[in-house]
Amino acid sequence: MKIVIINYGAGNIQSIKFAIKRLGYEAVLTDDVAEIKAADKVIFPGVGEASSAMTKLRDSGLDALVPTLKQPVLGICLGMQLMCNASEEGNTKGLGIFDVNVVKFNNEVKVPQIGWNEISNLKSALFSNIKDNAHIYLVHSFYAPICEETIATSGYGINYSAALQKDNFYGTQFHPEKSSTVGEQILRNFLGM
Amino acid sequence: MLTKRIIPCLDIKNGRTVKGINFVDLRDAGDPVELAEIYAASGADELVFLDISATEERRKTLAELVYHVAEKVNIPFTVGGGISSVEDVDILLQNGADKVSINSSAVKNPQLINDLVAKFGSQCIVVAIDAKKINDEWIVHLVGGKVLTELNLFDWAKEVEERGAGEILFTSMNNDGTKDGFANEALNKLSTELNIPIIASGGAGSIQHFTDTFVKGKADAALAASVFHFKEIEIIDLKRQLKKEGIPVRL
Repeated sequence: MKIVIINYGAGNIQSIKFAIKRLGYEAVLTDDVAEIKAADKVIFPGVGEASSAMTKLRDSGLDALVPTLKQPVLGICLGMQLMCNASEEGNTKGLGIFDVNVVKFNNEVKVPQIGWNEISNLKSALFSNIKDNAHIYLVHSFYAPICEETIATSGYGINYSAALQKDNFYGTQFHPEKSSTVGEQILRNFLGM
Repeated sequence: MLTKRIIPCLDIKNGRTVKGINFVDLRDAGDPVELAEIYAASGADELVFLDISATEERRKTLAELVYHVAEKVNIPFTVGGGISSVEDVDILLQNGADKVSINSSAVKNPQLINDLVAKFGSQCIVVAIDAKKINDEWIVHLVGGKVLTELNLFDWAKEVEERGAGEILFTSMNNDGTKDGFANEALNKLSTELNIPIIASGGAGSIQHFTDTFVKGKADAALAASVFHFKEIEIIDLKRQLKKEGIPVRL
């Protein structure tokens, strides 16, 4: 199985590589269009600030490629947010794969949300063998509200989308690569699609 | 619901854990990677590695350690100790650290916080603050408490938040090493005045102390070293008790 991690200079990808390695696979970091297109699974990472990450993605020319991919694609954290219509962070226009706008948590809760929260209302094969209220690790200040493409919810002041899915595109607000055995099972489910 | 985090802290010198660590089941008691794996498997929510080496090669040794920890450990971890530049942070994050913690370098050059946040994002920048209560005022200290500053804890914490740090790790020097409990009054004030997560550190001696720091201190996470390293408290027992007391934890 050929697994690629899209390389557009968006921060820490080492943990994702290692997490996949712990599951017995190798992931290749690449910005090569042909290599990404030919992969069996594509991981779209992202940490940091939305508008600068989007600028990097556009500069790499990969912004046009991602929405056309046909194999399973998994956006993680900011990767998921960039797959939405837009983000309030830096007034960023996203890739428009998920039909939802990313907004900031209000000040009734501490921002960023850092730590382990629960996922429930699980609605996808991505969560096979995952129990309702399983704990996953998140670090974020912005979130995707609940929408038609929500496949897992989490609560922090309000209920929001912990994960999204449209066709072959999956996105998790949480970090499966840092979410202990629960995260490993979710990654395994993704790689098994 | 977001859970309260339990964070074991490992002191590192020249790539090895220091302070006697009383894990009979460790093959190599000085191997931080092995210890980290055990903590990850036993319910720790996060780990902090604090590098206290003073050698020329320390940067390289620490970067290598981070790489090996990231390779094996499936929970987040923070690295601190002697980090003083954007380049330092870049190398550690590229090697797989989830967060870095800065302390003295932020006091000496507060702009460093802004620079790190601009380049890497708030989510991975923790500012550690060591403070001591002197004549009813909490004063920030540096170099493990050896150097006194003119900064008031709460003013400095506010500035750290305004400059964009994602989290504060507050160690009370009055409590550290006492096993008499955390500095809950100061923690409560920090947690109330600020809108970023606060990690409590210094003073853990019993399970009750953790309950107190979450309830009275309103801490978002609690860090401890020796009570975990010497198995005086098992993380699983601690979390079961916290859950019984109605404190949300990951079990």
